[in-house]
Amino acid sequence: MIGLLHQILSGLVTGGIYASVALALVMIYQSTHHVNFAQGEMATFSTYIALALIEAGLPYWGAFLATVMISFVMGAVIQIVLMRPMANAPVLSSVGVFIGLLLVFNSITGWIFSYTIKSFPSPFEASRPLLGGFLSPHELGATVVTLAVLVAVYLFFRHTKLGLAMRAAAFNPVSSRLVGIRVGHMLALGWGLAAALGAVAGMMIAPVVFLDPNMMAGILLYAFAGALLGGIDNPAGAVIGGFAVGVIENLGGAYVVGTELKLSLALFTIVAVLVFRPNGLFGRVLVTRV
Amino acid sequence: MPKLLEAIGVHAAYGASKVLHGIDFMVEEGGVTCLLGANGAGKTTTLRAISGMVRTSGEIHFAGARIDGRATEDIARAGIAHVPDGRGTFMELTVEENLRLGAYTRPDRAFRDDLAHVFDYFPRLQQRLHQQAGTLSGGEQQMLAIGRALLLRPRLLLLDEPSFGLAPLIVEEVFDILHRINREQRMSILVVEQNANLALAISERAYLLETGRMVMAGSAADLASNEAVRRSYLGF
Repeated sequence: MIGLLHQILSGLVTGGIYASVALALVMIYQSTHHVNFAQGEMATFSTYIALALIEAGLPYWGAFLATVMISFVMGAVIQIVLMRPMANAPVLSSVGVFIGLLLVFNSITGWIFSYTIKSFPSPFEASRPLLGGFLSPHELGATVVTLAVLVAVYLFFRHTKLGLAMRAAAFNPVSSRLVGIRVGHMLALGWGLAAALGAVAGMMIAPVVFLDPNMMAGILLYAFAGALLGGIDNPAGAVIGGFAVGVIENLGGAYVVGTELKLSLALFTIVAVLVFRPNGLFGRVLVTRV
Repeated sequence: MPKLLEAIGVHAAYGASKVLHGIDFMVEEGGVTCLLGANGAGKTTTLRAISGMVRTSGEIHFAGARIDGRATEDIARAGIAHVPDGRGTFMELTVEENLRLGAYTRPDRAFRDDLAHVFDYFPRLQQRLHQQAGTLSGGEQQMLAIGRALLLRPRLLLLDEPSFGLAPLIVEEVFDILHRINREQRMSILVVEQNANLALAISERAYLLETGRMVMAGSAADLASNEAVRRSYLGF
C-alpha cells in the first residue's frame, strides 16, 4: 500500500514534466494544426544553455530565468524565420521542417556540448527526504515549480488581453486580423512561450534523468501521449493527460510490464486513444448552430 | 458630404481567376452606401479588397490616405471595421470575449463605456454574455458581429450580407438597428446586400455590380426607381 502511494506520487512528479511539454505541444498545435516534433530537442538545447550559464558562474535561479528568456527568443525566432514562410505550405512540408529542426537541434546540441552524459544541478539540495520519505526535495520542488508555471500560463491565457488575443489568433486568424490583432506576432509569441515551457521542463527533469542530447526523446513521447489522452486541442486536458500518463507509466512499470517496457505504455496509450477516443478524454466538442 | 472612402480602378483576383475588373466607387462620410448585385457579382470581394484580404491593383483611399496593399490588421486599426461574410464569430470563445476582441486596439476603460452602447442596441447580447458564442442563433451571431465591429470605434463599417440566413423579422430588426447606428453615431456604412429592398431603404447612395463591373451608380432613390433594377433585383 505504501509502495503504491509512493509510485503514484512519483508518477505525478514526472507527470508534471509531461504536462508542461504536452501544453507546449498543444499551444503550437492549436495555432498551426501541426505537432512540433522538435519541442523536446529544443528543450534539451535550452537545458544545456542553463548548464553552461551555471558553469560560467551564474547563481541557479539567475541561470534559470536567463534560460527561460533565451528559449523564448529562440522559439519566436524559429517561428519568424522558419515557420512563417511555411504558413501556406502543404502538411508534409511542415512535417519535414519539424523533423529537420529535430535533427538540427539534436546534432547542434551534441556538437557544442558533446554527447557524454552530464549531471545537472538541482536548486533543491537538502538531503533529508520529505513527506516521510515519499518525495525527494528535488521532486517536491520541481513539482511546485511546474505547477506554478502551469498556473501562470493559465492565468495569462484566461485573464489578460494578450492571452485572449493569442487564443483568438489560434482559433480564427481571419477574424482576428479584422479586429486589428497582429496574428503573425501572436504566432511568434506562442512559439516563444512553448519553447520557454519546454526549457522549464528540461531544467526540472535533467537532475533526475541526467543530461544528454537525447534526454527529451522519451519524454516527448510521454508528453505526446498525454496531449492525445487529454485532447490535442484542449490545453487543460493536455495538462491532466500529462499527469495521468506519468501515473500510468509508473504504475504500469512497477506492477505490470516492468521498467524496461515503460515506454511502450506511452505508445500503447497513443494507439488506444486514437482507436477508441480520437478526440481525447477532454477533446473540445465544438457546439455550433448554423 | 466629403468622401470617406474612394476606390479608383480596383481589380482583384483569387490566384488566376479575376473577380473585379477595375471598379470605381465611393462612400460619403456619415452616409449609408449600398452595393447590390447577384450572387457571384463580386460584392464580397469588393469588401475584401477594401480590407486587404485579397490581392488587388488600383487605388483605395480612406480618410485621405492610401490603404491598398496594407495589411488587414493595419486597415482595421486605421478605422475600418468589417463584419465579414459568415459573421466571423469566434465560436470557441464566450460572447464577452468576442466583444473584448472587438475592442482589442482600444484602452480597457473605453471598452466598458462602449459596451454599454452596444447593449443599448443589442440587449440580447447582455443576457448571453457568458455563453459560448458558437451556441448563439444566427441572428444573435449577426448582432454579436455588428457589436464587435462597433467596439473598434470605426469611422467606416463594412457589412457583408447582414440578412444572410436570418428570419425576415430578425432581418428587419437588424436593419432598423443599422439605421439607428448611422443616425445616432453618424457612422458611415457600406453594406453589401442581396436583399435590395431593405438595403435601398436605409441607403443614400447605391451601386450595382454585375460580374465584376459597376454597371450603375447613383442615389438610392434613383436605383430603386430604375426599371431594370426593379425587375432584376427588387422583384416587382
